[in-house]
Order: sequence, then structure tokens, then C-alpha cells
Amino acid sequence: MNAAVTAVGAVPQASPAPYVRIDRLTKRFGDFVAVRQVSLEIQRGEIFCLLGGSGCGKTTLLRMLAGFETPTEGAIYIDGVDVTQVPPYERPVNMMFQSYALFPHMTVAQNVAFGLKQDGTGRAEIESRVREMLSMVQLDGYEKRKPHQLSGGQRQRVALARALVKRPKLLLLDEPLGALDKKLREHTQFELVNLQEKLGVTFVIVTHDQEEAMTLASRIGVMRSGEILQVGTPADIYEFPNSRFVADFIGSVNMVDGRLIEDEPDHVRIECAQLGGIVYVDHGVSSPPDAPVSVAIRPEKIQLSRERPEQPDNVLQGVITGIAYLGDATRYLVRLPTGFVLRVTAPNVFRHEERLQHDELVWLQWHSSSPVVVTR
Amino acid sequence: MALIVAGGGDAVSTSVGVVTGLAGRFAAIRGGFGRRVVIALPYAWLAVFFLVPFLIVLKIAFSNIQLSMPPVEPVLTWTADHVLQLRVHFSNFTFVFGDRLYLAAFVNSLQVAGVSTLFALLIGYPMAYGIARAPGTWRNILFLLVVLPFFTSFLLRVYAWMGLLGRSGPINALLMYLGITHEPVQLLQTDFAVYLGMVYSYLPFMVLPLYSAIEKLDLTLLEAAADLGCRPTKAFFTITLPLTKEGIYAGCLLVFIPAVGEYVIPALLGGPDTLMIGRVVWDEFFGNRDWPVASALAIMLLLILSGFVLLLQRVQAQEAEA
Repeated sequence: MNAAVTAVGAVPQASPAPYVRIDRLTKRFGDFVAVRQVSLEIQRGEIFCLLGGSGCGKTTLLRMLAGFETPTEGAIYIDGVDVTQVPPYERPVNMMFQSYALFPHMTVAQNVAFGLKQDGTGRAEIESRVREMLSMVQLDGYEKRKPHQLSGGQRQRVALARALVKRPKLLLLDEPLGALDKKLREHTQFELVNLQEKLGVTFVIVTHDQEEAMTLASRIGVMRSGEILQVGTPADIYEFPNSRFVADFIGSVNMVDGRLIEDEPDHVRIECAQLGGIVYVDHGVSSPPDAPVSVAIRPEKIQLSRERPEQPDNVLQGVITGIAYLGDATRYLVRLPTGFVLRVTAPNVFRHEERLQHDELVWLQWHSSSPVVVTR
Repeated sequence: MALIVAGGGDAVSTSVGVVTGLAGRFAAIRGGFGRRVVIALPYAWLAVFFLVPFLIVLKIAFSNIQLSMPPVEPVLTWTADHVLQLRVHFSNFTFVFGDRLYLAAFVNSLQVAGVSTLFALLIGYPMAYGIARAPGTWRNILFLLVVLPFFTSFLLRVYAWMGLLGRSGPINALLMYLGITHEPVQLLQTDFAVYLGMVYSYLPFMVLPLYSAIEKLDLTLLEAAADLGCRPTKAFFTITLPLTKEGIYAGCLLVFIPAVGEYVIPALLGGPDTLMIGRVVWDEFFGNRDWPVASALAIMLLLILSGFVLLLQRVQAQEAEA
């Protein structure tokens, strides 16, 4: 299906050669394979997000980019230079740590100046660049504070300033918003993207939070057990997941097992016992007939109605067993005659509306382009 | 002797309290009967076993020698004509200041303790670092090895060094076997032996606080330093060392303070010309039976050491502010 789709529009000056090239990278810790044969290309100025659950190898991959771990096999090229064996203190890469790792015995200004000092930058230049950086992250006036005198959000911005002040070719961010509360996260998310656009630095972000990945990234790489399952723009990943895992991991989804009973180039029919019917999909699937497949339908792509819909296919009937009113939308649980429960999300378009009630018998329908058929 | 040892021991425990800021924390706790009891107990203990003996020593330091048991004049006397007489003699102190021997003993003690502390730090820091960075099981084994000497008597271990360093001891035997020397070298009863004994005996007191400070250090800080272009050696001096300063202070105090008043090591390993204040106090007390002068010396030692502790506390307070 629609696997690795290269980012469209998100890359300001798409150069033919990738800026960061990861070539069949493998990292083993004893018998455990943390990263397995990962190949990846990241363009200049991109915000690339490595997304996956804990233990999927995303942090190990990031640490190899920073130089804290040496790959067992494979190579890393940054701007055409092989940096696989280059120690972290000589890489043109900076990292923002999940714990921020601010030096507790130094002031904010000293923390930000630390990297420049290592390069032997002149005092006047250090001072002006630190000031410029601190005002960019809106921390003017905080120069003399120590990290323990700052709030979580302020510390995060100091860490960001410290990592950006050296103007790295590549900035690595390990769960950059993980330690912030929800309100601050949303605010910081957009700030981060603005800053990245302003500076044009290539970002590689590691996160387990799909919402964070969706809002920040120009492209996402979904990882599981040391492998990258799919690379694509947030919309690609959401609308065209290439596997059960990706479909399930990103967003909410109704996943049903099925069997291919009609396989034509322009449409397929899948018999789904759980739904008690046949799902009609208006595009072809590359899979042998009779093969077991999974059908993924997003909750917001299903419509509920009291009257029977006119479309011939993809219509079911069920009983509402659960309602969660969220303000902007309402989530329903609809039990089918087979006993299978489908999740449906409906936007609340009108203020005055005769809302669907508990135990009400309703019709469900979806467009024939909505289901995603995955074979693995 | 017993009085002095008790005084010395308490000086150590109070100084540790100062270093960790326990005293300050105690003052901050308020309310609750149970809490008060918990706080009162150590203070009661200190009052009985430190303050009272200290007051007795203080009293003796301001009295005069007398042929009796105890061999001191009472400070308070009830005279025949019904007058309560308080006699405070400063002669012990003027005597101590007047004799260069005592000054030399103080200076020498501070020097021996200072140099020993420095060597203990130079040896102890890499040890503590190695232990703190060792993999799990190894760490426990290495840690145990540091504490292991405490399982035997301190005196016994110093005696063991006498055997090792003696003219016919294994060290001299090895030196002669290797042909480095043809006749035994005088190792025992030298300043070298005193330094060796001091560093050996007090090394665990240096290693333990250093270990706990280094072990606490967040390793991602070193990664952050490397990430920002700092080489490992430089990162050690700009990150590791400043952040383990508390451990260095605590370790140095724990070694320095008992080392200044150390009696056993200079007496057993040092030569006749190894002049240390602990030994002088012992000689005054038991040799000359001059309790007042011995007490005056003990008081002065205590004042000097308190001075060091206060100085360090001020330095720490200033750092905390900065």
C-alpha cells in the first residue's frame, strides 16, 4: 500500500541528497537487539519524529545519532560526512534531553554559554549569542537564576536555548514536551515549530505521544521492536497506515478481521464475521484471495442516523450502549447484532439537536473509501 | 585519655552534622510531642556524653595542679571564713603559649593531618569514582572491601603495619630480594610511616562520603557536557568535581579532624621526634600527671577544629547563595 511517502511541501529547500542518512543501523545490547537494520533519510530543515512505545528502540536510535551509543552495524551520515565513529563532543549535533540535564551548579546564562565556551568562542560573542538565544526563548532577565529556581517550562526553554545556541546542523529532542503539563505542552508545541522554522535547524524528535508527533512533525517514523514500520507525513500515517500496528497505534480505530472474497483492481469485498456483513472498499488490495486481512475504520468516518441510509453497501444496524459527550464531539459505542462493539465519533454541529439516546437503534454507514485494509 | 578520646569522637559527629546540615534541619522542624522527643534524644545524648565531659575538661583547664586525687585544685572552694571562692587560673594557657614545643606540636599536627587528608583525597577520589561507576555486583563487592578493615580492631591494624614496616618485615625483605637495597631501610618510626598509617586508616572515611556523592551524580549531565562539545577530562573538572564538592568537604573533614588529634598512629609508627598534639596531651596527662595543662591543650585543639568547621560552613553557605 501507501508506504514511505516522501514529505510534500514540508521541506523548504528539498535537496536531492538527504541531510541525515542512516544506513542499515543495528544496535545490540548482548542478545537484545534494540535497533534492527534501520535505514532512514531525513531532509534539511525537516522535523522528523520517531514515534513508538517504550522499548521500541527510538531512544537508542536517537542516542546513536548523538554519539552516546556506538552502532553495532551500519553507518550514519550527516551532511554527507560519515559520523558513525565520531565521539559526541565532536559531532555537529546537539541534543535536548528528556530530563533537560541542566547543570545545577551553573546559572541560566552559564548553562547556555557552556557549549560556546567549549569551542573557544570569544567572550563578547558568547555574551551576545547567549542574550539573543535567551530572548528567543523569552527568558530575558533570567540569566542569573539557577535551574532549581525555574519552573518546568522555563527549564525546558533553557535546555532548548542551550542546545540551539551552537547552531547545530541537527537538533535531537528526547520527549521534549514530556515533562510539561497539558496547557503548557500545547503552547510550547507551536513555539517549538515556530523556532524551528525561524532557525531552519533540522529536528529529530523522539516521542511516545502520537498527538505530539502529529502536531510537531513534518514526517513521522513509527517504530516497533527496533524496526521502522512506516515513514510518512502525519496524514499519510493516519489515513494510510500500512499495518495493523500503525493503524492501532495512531489514533483510535475499529479493527476487524476479515477474509477477501472478491478482489478486483478497482474494488474489493471483504467478509467480516465480526460485523456480520461484507465490507466494500473502493480500491484494490495487493493480497492473495481468501487471505486473512484486517479492516481498520476510524471512528470519525462512521456516520450514525435514525433513518436507513440510501447507499447500498457498508450499512449496518446497531444499538447505542455508551455515550460520552466531549463538547466538540460525542463518542458512541454501538453494539452490532453479532455482539461486536464499534466506536463512532460524531461532531456536534448543531446546538439544538435531538441527540441520540442510550439503547436507541441506529443505522451506521461509511464511505467505501474509508476502510483501510491491512494485511499484516 | 578517655576524656580526650570521647571529646574527639564527638567533635567528629557534630562536624558531620554540620556538613549535612542536620542541625539546621532539626531547628526547622516544629510542633508535635513525638517530634520533640525524637529531636531531644540526640541532644540529651550529646549533653550527657559531650557537654558534661567537656565542662569537666574546661574546669580542669582553669585550675591548678595539686598533689591529690584527682591531681587538681577545685575551682570552687568554701573557705574557713564562709566565703565561696572561685579561682580561675589562666596559668595553663600562658604556659602553653609560652612554650614553643606546644606550638610546634600544634603546627606539626595540622600539617600531618593536612597532608594525610590531601593524600587520602587523591587516592580516595579515584577509588570512590571507580566503585560508583562499577557494574552492579562489582560495586557491592568493592564497597564491602572498603568497609572490611572495620571488621578488625584499629589498633590491630596499626600493629600489623609495624610488622610490615619493620627492619625484618616483608617490605624490607622484598626490597632486598629485588636488589633495590642491600640492608634494611628504616621505614618504621619515620614520618613516612605516620603518613602511611594515617592515609591507610582514614581512607574509608574519605571514600564513603565521596562514593555517595559521586553515585548520586546524574550521568546525563556528563552526556549533556559531551554533547555540547566538552571532552571527558574537562567535563570531570567542570561538572563532576564541582557537583561532588559536598562529598569532598565531608570526606576531608572526616579525615582531617580525627587525624589532627591522632595519638595511636604517631605513637606506634612515628619516631621519637614525631611531635603531634595527641601524643603531647597523653604525655602531659599520664607522664607528667599535669591534668590542667593536658586539658588546656585539649580545649585549644577543640577550638582550632571548631574554627575549621565554622570556616567550611561559611564557605558552603556562600556557595549555596551564589
